[in-house]
Amino acid sequence: MQQIDTRAPSDHHTNRLIDAIRRFLDGDVFYSFKRSPITIIAFFVTMLMFLAAIFAPWIAPHDTSNIASLDLMNAFRPPAWTAGGDQLFPLGTDDQGRDVLSAIIFGLRISLYVGFAGVILAAVFGTLLGLLSGYVGGTLDSIIMRIADIQLTFPSILIALLFDGIVRSVMSATMHKDFKLTVLVLAIAASQWVNFARTVRGSTMVEKNKEYVQAARVIGIHPVLIMLRHVLPNVTGPVLVIGTLSLAIAILTEATLSFLGVGVPVTQPSLGTLIRIGNDFLFSGEWWMTIFPGIALVILVLAVNLLGDWMRDALNPKLR
Amino acid sequence: MIAFIIQRLFQAVLVMLVVALISFSLFQFVGDPINNMVGVDSTIEQREALRERLGLNDPIPVQFATWVGNAVQGEFGKSYRMGKPVADLIAERLPATLELVGLSAVIALLVGIPMGIYTGLHRENWLSKVFLATSLIGISIPTFLIGILLILIFGVWLGWLPTFGRQGLVDIGLWQTSFLTAKGWSHIIMPAITLALFQLTLIMRLVRAEMLEVLRTDYIKFARARGLTNRAVNFGHALKNTLVPVITITGLQIGSLLAFSIITETVFQWPGMGLLIIQAISFVDIPIMSSYLVLIALFFVLINLIVDLLYYTVDPRLRIERTSSTGGH
Repeated sequence: MQQIDTRAPSDHHTNRLIDAIRRFLDGDVFYSFKRSPITIIAFFVTMLMFLAAIFAPWIAPHDTSNIASLDLMNAFRPPAWTAGGDQLFPLGTDDQGRDVLSAIIFGLRISLYVGFAGVILAAVFGTLLGLLSGYVGGTLDSIIMRIADIQLTFPSILIALLFDGIVRSVMSATMHKDFKLTVLVLAIAASQWVNFARTVRGSTMVEKNKEYVQAARVIGIHPVLIMLRHVLPNVTGPVLVIGTLSLAIAILTEATLSFLGVGVPVTQPSLGTLIRIGNDFLFSGEWWMTIFPGIALVILVLAVNLLGDWMRDALNPKLR
Repeated sequence: MIAFIIQRLFQAVLVMLVVALISFSLFQFVGDPINNMVGVDSTIEQREALRERLGLNDPIPVQFATWVGNAVQGEFGKSYRMGKPVADLIAERLPATLELVGLSAVIALLVGIPMGIYTGLHRENWLSKVFLATSLIGISIPTFLIGILLILIFGVWLGWLPTFGRQGLVDIGLWQTSFLTAKGWSHIIMPAITLALFQLTLIMRLVRAEMLEVLRTDYIKFARARGLTNRAVNFGHALKNTLVPVITITGLQIGSLLAFSIITETVFQWPGMGLLIIQAISFVDIPIMSSYLVLIALFFVLINLIVDLLYYTVDPRLRIERTSSTGGH
């Protein structure tokens, strides 16, 4: 301790970081990661898709977000390796002459954005409600948990769909158009918060009776501070696991809603929208417009699911 | 037992009232119902008269009571878009959805449970690993994509099955069924498989996990030590004890089959309730939306109630815990 204190603050920080990384690389979580080739593949696939989504404008061969750049002359090109394909459009083009590969990369961006935003919102709300419910207890707890119980009996896709429908009927059509993405994010968050709330409530009730919380209470710290400063850091462990598994569900929910035509606006097509557009041309033989976005969606969800499964096992002390 | 049932019933009624309130406010405060019913050139007096006649000037609680009363009698008003009473529209569509959901549930159970037992008993077998890998992929493929793939393979490429609609129907009284003609079967089989796949993987994984859990218990070891045949141990003792959670989850899953039928019906243009609601949502057809909300909630509440009661009768431990805990109060 003495030694660390004598160093400059910035030095001290980098050292702590290096220590943390070293501890992590030595730890059993990383060990179990190294031991599971499927998880490593899933991790790299997920990373690849994230990066592709973030750097979409630089990676995508064509800028599909700009409608003016589309040329109807290029419509319905099959993939490059089939007869009639064009090297310019490796996975073919859709009815508007949009490059399918570029559309997938940009669609990935929308899908991941909506999924992430929805899950983060759900995690924040769910965690806070769970914390409150577990710490305060009593009537508040029974009300929150009753709502959670009731909501849990309805599938999340139905909650999201009805939420979207209700907001759509409350808002005027023009207003709804501008807020479509936000509504979608809210709908997904509304359908996902329960898992976070229940888990956090459970661990909060355990932490609440531990000595450090009682000590904090005895010296008169405000309950809100106890909850946020002392209990919260100790109950957020499982949130990461639930978050990852929820992300997979959220991406699927978004894709499904967009496929049903109530999701993202057509001007910002997500993977689900691309599949819906392609579905209209399934019978005329333009299969690539549906299949490639579909494959991208399945690979993404599968990778995230595998990561979540691994994380659940690796972070669960019972299974070690 | 009685106290438990009453408590459950009370909760069910509470849920229904909350849903009814949401439904009612949707109906009441979104847009002006009068505008949706009269022509553009009607006078203010005409509008006021209609308003009075419909009871829209009554206090809100009175209106809510009237609305609930009507809803209980199956009276949900007229669809804005189709001009038909919602009750008729739903009655017309209900058999299609129920047949689809029923067939899917049967497929999911008949295939899922044996697969689950097999993977649970033969953990290291290659076939089990194939089943498990398939189930993981099955969970990651969204329902609508499965439907599209089936259409592409069996409808477009092979041309074996029709890809949309519901035909080959036979009237049995008020009910039209697909199950009596080959044509009816050819139309229902793809949507039913699409809808069943996700539930099937879920049931399989659940049965497997429960089997593994039960096979580790002492009474199974004792049964083996007594020299009972594998068959008697696996099916007489192990399987029986895995069925409790399976019943619960399957019951609850019938509810989500109803929800997922929205997707399947859209993909296959199956003329059921799902297609009705998705069109209602895109056209903001509030009478249909609010009555669907009430109806689906009713389904869920009933299913939950039945599952709770079934659970209670199947698992004797629950009865003992219940009585001792209520006795302690």
